[in-house]
Amino acid sequence: MPPPRVYKTEAIVLRQRKLGEADKIITLYTPNYGKLEAVAKGVRRPKSRLAGHLEVLTYTSAMLAQGRNLDVVTQAQAIESFAPLREDLDRLSRAIYAAELVDRFSPEGAESYHIFQLLLGTLRRLAAGAAADIVLRYFEMQLLNLAGFQPQMQHCLGCRKSLTPVPNYFSPAAGGVLCPSCGSGTASSRPLSVSALKVMRLLQSGALGDVLRVRIGPTLAQEVEFHLRVYVIHVLEREVRSVAFIDRLRREGVGEPVGVPD
Amino acid sequence: MRDITPSAAAPVVRLIEEFHKLPGVGPKSAQRLTYYLLRAPQEEAQALAQAILEVKEKITFCSVCQNVTDSDPCLICEDSQRDRSVICVVEEPLDILALERTRSYHGLYHVLNGVISPMDGVGPEDLKVEELLERLKGGAVQEVILATNPNLEGEATSMYLSRLLRPLGLRVTRLARGLPTGADLEYADDLTLSQALEGRQEVS
Repeated sequence: MPPPRVYKTEAIVLRQRKLGEADKIITLYTPNYGKLEAVAKGVRRPKSRLAGHLEVLTYTSAMLAQGRNLDVVTQAQAIESFAPLREDLDRLSRAIYAAELVDRFSPEGAESYHIFQLLLGTLRRLAAGAAADIVLRYFEMQLLNLAGFQPQMQHCLGCRKSLTPVPNYFSPAAGGVLCPSCGSGTASSRPLSVSALKVMRLLQSGALGDVLRVRIGPTLAQEVEFHLRVYVIHVLEREVRSVAFIDRLRREGVGEPVGVPD
Repeated sequence: MRDITPSAAAPVVRLIEEFHKLPGVGPKSAQRLTYYLLRAPQEEAQALAQAILEVKEKITFCSVCQNVTDSDPCLICEDSQRDRSVICVVEEPLDILALERTRSYHGLYHVLNGVISPMDGVGPEDLKVEELLERLKGGAVQEVILATNPNLEGEATSMYLSRLLRPLGLRVTRLARGLPTGADLEYADDLTLSQALEGRQEVS
């Protein structure tokens, strides 16, 4: 549905880039119109009435007017700014990653209600202090589902047989799990432990509460993260840039340990 | 550009194109600037060309604070009147101009020449962070003021730096956030307002 000439929408601000002297182009993710770009005029001046309401990772209610090229933001009122996110670098880096994934996975104007809700929920959970890395794995898996790239976790993609509780293989190129006889020797497949398969199935089922109750040690968390990251990069056919910053925080020992709930 | 001014002489088109490359200059502004220079006296055009060349030839980065300068170390780093126990960390050289205009800061600066922006793939390794840590080794510096912009990237940069600096045992401060002069309360966002409330001060 094309938006009317002047329209009001809720949105999450995914990113911004500078335009001209004092303006910015804002990338918004909306529940009804998908991803859209709009010009916010004068937001780089200190007295801007819009700037604080259009900061990246803000859930906002905005009024937009259709322009010749890009729409123009005429009014904005922040609904939630997720303040705790902005005071904690570990959570902030993960929220930025979530925003980048939504940006990359969404062509402009694609149907978006469920992805919007997923992103909003993820930002709320990160701000509320839930185990950041698990929340992020859940987000990745659910986003893959909604974007139509759900990895097959129930039966082997080679022989179609149901998977048995033995170490299997995960192959991004095949689009999911391969059994030991189909998977060994395939170039792109990597060993998948029994526990990792369980966790990934649980993430896919949509029961975040259950995942958060499971005790996931650092090694297992790392394995799940690795498989999902490789899969996401395979689907997008490009690197996700903000991953480098999360990795750096961990490397320097200033980030929280992987997957350990706090 | 060529199709916008098909009838103009080639040198004119070339100048328009060069202006058009500058930030904030659209096709119309580029044409206006070009035709202004066409009519301006020879000396004025020469002065402009000279100034552009001089900037490119003489200006380098100060080896101490990474600000743009024509002498190394720069005038601020050289100035014996300035307080050497405080360093104010900013994103861009232009931020120094803004802070200097206030005339209320007399310490030294450090220019990061960028800001952490994970989505654009800009990390700490792309900024002048190593150079900052190097400067702090002498022990003469007692306070570092983080003066990055109060937006997502600026905050991320500040938080990252404060993590690096805290173990060094110096005072690390951040510019206050709140309401700008002449603002309307009704248009302020919640984040700014709550920070303004937190940082409220006794009226003397």
